[in-house]
Amino acid sequence: MKKSTFLVFTMPSFIMMTLFIALPLLIVLIQSFQFNQDVLETIERENCDPFGCKTETITVPVLDENGNKIKNNIWVGFQNYKNILKFEQLSSVISNDGFEWSKIRSIDFYKALRFTLTFTFITLPFVIILGLILALCVNVLINRLKGPIIFITLLPFIITPVIGALSIKWLFIGDGILTLFLENILDKDIALFSQGWTIEILMLFYRVWHTIPFAFVIFYAGLQTVDKEKIEAAFVDGANRLQRLRFIIIPHIMPLIVFVALIHLMDSYRVFDEIVGFSASGFRISLQWMTYDFLRIDDSGTRSIGRASATSVLTMIGIIIILIPVLRRTFKEQKEKRL
Amino acid sequence: MESKLFNLTTPLKIIVSITIITWCIIALFPLLWIVVMSIKLPVDSFASNPLKVIIGPSTKEQVGGLSFVNFIFLFLSIYLFYKLYQIRKILFDLINPILKFSLITFFILFILYITISFILFFLIQNNLSEFVNILFSNLEFLKIFSYPIIGFTPQHYLSVWVGNEFYKQFLNTMIVTGGVVTISLTVGTLAGYGLARSNSMIAFWLLIFALIFRALPHSVLVTGYLEPFINYGLYGKKIAVIVLLVAINQPFTIWMLRSFFMNIPQDLDEAAQIDGCNPFQAFWKVVMPLMWPGVITTGLFSFLLAYNDYLVAALLLDGQSQTMVPAIMQYFNMETKMTDLVESIAAAASITAPLFLLVMFFQKQIVSGLTQGAVKG
Repeated sequence: MKKSTFLVFTMPSFIMMTLFIALPLLIVLIQSFQFNQDVLETIERENCDPFGCKTETITVPVLDENGNKIKNNIWVGFQNYKNILKFEQLSSVISNDGFEWSKIRSIDFYKALRFTLTFTFITLPFVIILGLILALCVNVLINRLKGPIIFITLLPFIITPVIGALSIKWLFIGDGILTLFLENILDKDIALFSQGWTIEILMLFYRVWHTIPFAFVIFYAGLQTVDKEKIEAAFVDGANRLQRLRFIIIPHIMPLIVFVALIHLMDSYRVFDEIVGFSASGFRISLQWMTYDFLRIDDSGTRSIGRASATSVLTMIGIIIILIPVLRRTFKEQKEKRL
Repeated sequence: MESKLFNLTTPLKIIVSITIITWCIIALFPLLWIVVMSIKLPVDSFASNPLKVIIGPSTKEQVGGLSFVNFIFLFLSIYLFYKLYQIRKILFDLINPILKFSLITFFILFILYITISFILFFLIQNNLSEFVNILFSNLEFLKIFSYPIIGFTPQHYLSVWVGNEFYKQFLNTMIVTGGVVTISLTVGTLAGYGLARSNSMIAFWLLIFALIFRALPHSVLVTGYLEPFINYGLYGKKIAVIVLLVAINQPFTIWMLRSFFMNIPQDLDEAAQIDGCNPFQAFWKVVMPLMWPGVITTGLFSFLLAYNDYLVAALLLDGQSQTMVPAIMQYFNMETKMTDLVESIAAAASITAPLFLLVMFFQKQIVSGLTQGAVKG
């Protein structure tokens, strides 16, 4: 294809992505060094009461013609980052009490970082192993059953994440039937939503439940392309089922495992819907939830855009660090294909 | 040889069946349970005995329930619904010569099908089964079949959709998803085609950047544009949400459409160009007719992204312009009585229904879409 034609075809998408992905990234970077502030002015006001009039000076926000507060952005350097990372508090905690995790966790950012990372990396092996097991099982079923089972399997994947999380929450909340069931087994009172770690387990469970179908579908498609002759040859050579799995099937679908891992890392790093669905924000927060919280109007009626931007930048740095090995691999592969 | 190799030993068979049955229960149970809860009075929905929740004795007493006859008709109408879908190919072949097949006729047919089946469904469900129920209850020996078995009340659904005007949020969601799907497909198809047919370095870098962009947390884009949107009066307008969701969706869309386009042999458009088409005619008249399955599949995923979104809509829309998912969460947080809670469960169940239908009809496309990117690379 000629270069000019190529440019015409890709231009709308290119403009779209520059304007609404690349540009906001730049804006976020700039905003993270700024502080959004009301423009204030000092006015003199006459205050009259029965004992006479007094003039006093007060500071009020300047309003524009629509009655909205005029705001301006002032440069504050790394102040937003400092407010979020709280190095002083961190170093004082470490120097006073040694390295004590519970104290560090009282700082929002480290709490969110800890949760996001454990969430991402704990769910990953579960999703891959369980997805693979399910794919292997469905693969040996008779054909008539495959359709309905794939249908059922897709449901947790397709459902709105917030609603999916809610539907699991309702099973466990208060006197939900599964809580009662657990109480019967363990013979003690259980309140799953009154401490952090139980909610965390439920969130992990939800994410695995939600992502297994995706891993399953990919692995199942990969299993269809395994070379049957190779398996037969291995069978003749006396390889048992496990050996065939380990030495033929897994190497064959290895690229797919990497693919699922890549997508899962991207998706679970931006964990957010679970926190809304399980109303977990009192106990566990994630990096993306932090940004969301800063963007909402707080009690004083303002949005902390500067802090939200700083969290966003830190979040992005995090995901890039996580993805570098995988991205490098994809980069090489694509480059080789081209050459 | 083959049969011996792929035959399973009995213990393995047992393990496989247990795994699959367990998974099916885990996958379905939470979803089925919200449906069961949503059709009961609060007393039953939150009963401690699961059997009580399923059967709903108080609901049965106070409101009524579904009898054996009702169930027979329910299964009958679901079966009809499905049969109608199965013969769609024959219907298509009948209509195809008259109306040339295109995406628009496809959607018209699809909507037609849905409406007809729903009308049939409700006719059978309400009138016919009630009629038979009354008939049976008057006959001495058939009376037993008309007694309600399971408590059922539609009141929560009614109060959500009619009383709380949930249809407004439904319309908002439809506008947002419709906009997102149309724009991302138009822009994405052009780019996907260009990328599939080009070997240049620009194409390469565009794809790599798209991959990196796909990893970005969605909140980042909202952070960048929240202030400008507020300043220029776009806050609370659906177009703001549409634009951001299209942008979020774009990297994924172009990767997927590109891999679909790569399945179509390049000789085809070259032949068309030799025959005198310009590149656009070749694209539109020769390649596109073969691409509709790919476009529909990609459209499904755009639909899911927009339909399931919470973050962007919650930050950029409010009140009357809100979409369904954030609206439900507000509902849920406001709840004060048990009835409110069951109502929000009913709202959640009704949000899930369209997705359920989507999997039912487009299972093949969803599976092919998921594997497309992975297997082709």
